[in-house]
Amino acid sequence: MLVDIENLRITFENNGKRFEAVSGVSFKLEARQKLAIVGESGSGKSITARALMRLLPAQAQVTADRMLFDGIDILSQSEREMRKLRGGRAGFILQDPKYSLNPVKTIGNQIAEAWLTHNKGSKKEARDAALNLLEQVMIRDPQLVLNAYPHEISGGMGQRAMIAMMLAPNPSLLIADEPTSALDASVQAEILRLIDELVDTRDMGLLLISHDLPLVSNFCDKVSVMYMGQIMEELAAKDLAQAAHPYTKGLLNCLPSLDEPRGDLPVLTRDPQWLEEQAQ
Amino acid sequence: MTNPMIDVQDLRIAFGPKEVVKGVTLSVPAGESFGIVGESGSGKSTVLRALAGLNQHWTGEIRFEGAPVASKRPRAFFRKVQMVFQDPFGSLHPRQTIDRILSEFLSVNGLDDVDGRVNRALDAVALPQSVRFRFPHQLSGGQRQRVAIARALIAEPKVLLLDEPTSALDVSVQAEVLNLLGRLRKSHGLTYVMVSHNMSVVAHLCDRLGVMQHGEMVEQLSVTDLRARRATHPHTRELVELGQALASTA
Amino acid sequence: MLADFRAWALDDLATSRRQAAWGRRYRIWLALKANPLAMIGLFIIVLCVLLAFLAPLLAPYDPAIQDLENRLARPSADHLLGTDELGRDILSRLLYGGRITLGIVVAVVVMVAPVGLAVGTIAGYFGGWVDKTLMRLTDVFLAFPRLILALAFVAALNPGVQSAILAIALTAWPPYARIARAETLTVRNSEFIEAVAMTGASPWRIILRHVAPLCVPSLVVRVTLDMASIIITAASLGFLGMGAQPPSPEWGAMIATAKRFILDQWWVALSPCIAILLVSLAFNFLGDGLRDVLDPKQD
Repeated sequence: MLVDIENLRITFENNGKRFEAVSGVSFKLEARQKLAIVGESGSGKSITARALMRLLPAQAQVTADRMLFDGIDILSQSEREMRKLRGGRAGFILQDPKYSLNPVKTIGNQIAEAWLTHNKGSKKEARDAALNLLEQVMIRDPQLVLNAYPHEISGGMGQRAMIAMMLAPNPSLLIADEPTSALDASVQAEILRLIDELVDTRDMGLLLISHDLPLVSNFCDKVSVMYMGQIMEELAAKDLAQAAHPYTKGLLNCLPSLDEPRGDLPVLTRDPQWLEEQAQ
Repeated sequence: MTNPMIDVQDLRIAFGPKEVVKGVTLSVPAGESFGIVGESGSGKSTVLRALAGLNQHWTGEIRFEGAPVASKRPRAFFRKVQMVFQDPFGSLHPRQTIDRILSEFLSVNGLDDVDGRVNRALDAVALPQSVRFRFPHQLSGGQRQRVAIARALIAEPKVLLLDEPTSALDVSVQAEVLNLLGRLRKSHGLTYVMVSHNMSVVAHLCDRLGVMQHGEMVEQLSVTDLRARRATHPHTRELVELGQALASTA
Repeated sequence: MLADFRAWALDDLATSRRQAAWGRRYRIWLALKANPLAMIGLFIIVLCVLLAFLAPLLAPYDPAIQDLENRLARPSADHLLGTDELGRDILSRLLYGGRITLGIVVAVVVMVAPVGLAVGTIAGYFGGWVDKTLMRLTDVFLAFPRLILALAFVAALNPGVQSAILAIALTAWPPYARIARAETLTVRNSEFIEAVAMTGASPWRIILRHVAPLCVPSLVVRVTLDMASIIITAASLGFLGMGAQPPSPEWGAMIATAKRFILDQWWVALSPCIAILLVSLAFNFLGDGLRDVLDPKQD
């Protein structure tokens, strides 16, 4: 079992006001498995992923009955051990490479640096490793990208470089938070295909955070639908069209269609009972 | 024959030496909803901003109701043409109440009945009166986008330019905003030009669309033709396929 | 009463323009109140202003009355802070001097902040040659050390409080223009400013009503941080004989005359020094606090 989370709760406290952003989330993820957590903005999907890497600000209180990554109890690790885990055994890909790559360093140096933090070797070896990684993420002219600065390459290329950087330490888990929502449709498809291949060939697990139900249904094995800090429904991605929960159905049903004209789109009515049902 | 509401001939826009819009020609009759789709960098937003008068460095001809417009628009122009921006978080002044944001147009143009007009605009976008004296950060993304639409409506325009009006919103909120835009077009007799990267959204709201690639409008067709797979240009077909692949559930 | 106001101002469902505005102000005040250093600063400043304002009532002696029998006296029950080289009561001079020194600060700020704001927002909003011209002009002023430039101005006019104020103001505005310009550049191309442009508003209206208010918080912060240096420049001008002229009890001028006997009669120079230090520190504390609550980038 790669990830095993049981009853995760995240509470923020601000000026004496408590706000529970995640209330009792549980899921499991195995190697070679692709799990998507899907939800709207404010559903708590992103902070769930961040909690797994302990990347939340200090005022967030995280509790869980069980929070294991590869058998390691995340909550009891020291900060130093966590640093080794992050960007080591687990890679984190964010939405926009524009903001997650360092603008004043070349792509090659950034990847080489990532490789050196988790491997022993000379500068030359690190650079060769970086070139090799860029080849693995299917960049057409890796030698050119190696010496380029982030602003000189396109968004899709930047996201590939970001993925290459995350692959440097040979992680067993890849967490991707909306990795393609800043990209064009054509590039989006290519990046997803790339992640898919990498997960398969390297026996990694993938935790994909997304707002896009149709997208994850084509791409993942399992889908957890999150709403207001709770998981409404967990199902196999291929069964998404037969989802049982009214929230999941509502999300799928309110999309405009390219195939046929629709009059007014059905509007999602949120039932407060959804949250109570789960709490029981 | 009546003039089309919007008529653009050979519109060219260059940023420095780089031409980003290379001779776009399009015509939108009154009451129609016209969509412009394309990938990022295709020049679609630049065309819209030139129509809005926000980009003044263009050549070619832009006519509204038959009358050519200059680069710098007179104040009267904005009573006819308004715009809704993409980012509901960036398009509202962070230090002004909704009331101030909505009434600015009235104050600039010296219109009376401020209370009545503001309240009617809020009604039209189905926002409760209670939001009137709130600040933007106290509203949700969907509510903010409704405020942005109300701000455009308060000018009682004939044309609404929509720049990715739903792409920053959750799908459930997107549905509400699309329904609202559809209703307003009928009730206010508006003409729309909408820019989007999302084929389904354009197909839903528009009658006709133009596809842009590398600064050129490579194809114009009706949504009926689009749905019936009668697109001829390879880029249009590619966008349709991608749109379908990404929108369908497994 | 107060509880009523609190509930009214903090009501999330404001029903009038006034209520919404007060709600915002009250929240800023609450945030500032939570910062102890800023409150200490505010307390000292309010106290100093009160003392200076009430100087005629509080001062035990006339600040100009000389008592040559009793010159350079140590602090005692009669003269709490001692007397100076002409036998004048230092406490009284300090209280009256507060009026001059704080007056200079306020006058400088009132002149400098609007000028800096205007130059910066106009340069930033219009860009192009307007920006280039205004910014090169700003650079010219920035290129000189502040005190030297102020000295040159005062020397060209004639020494006195008014000239000092004018000189300090002339040398203090460039940083404000820079800040206002930087703030303007960050909002100039934002969608909410474009939306205002689409109401048909003139550039002047956009600058005055939509851009300038966003620059004000950073200027306010800069002003409070600058207060200390304005006091010190005024004091330095006084010290060099270019500011307030004797016998007027400006703090810097007091230190200047006391420098001759600083080793033997140190208390003469000490009290104005402490006054300058306290007020400067208070303004710095308040400025830091204001930066935290007003900075628009934080929310």
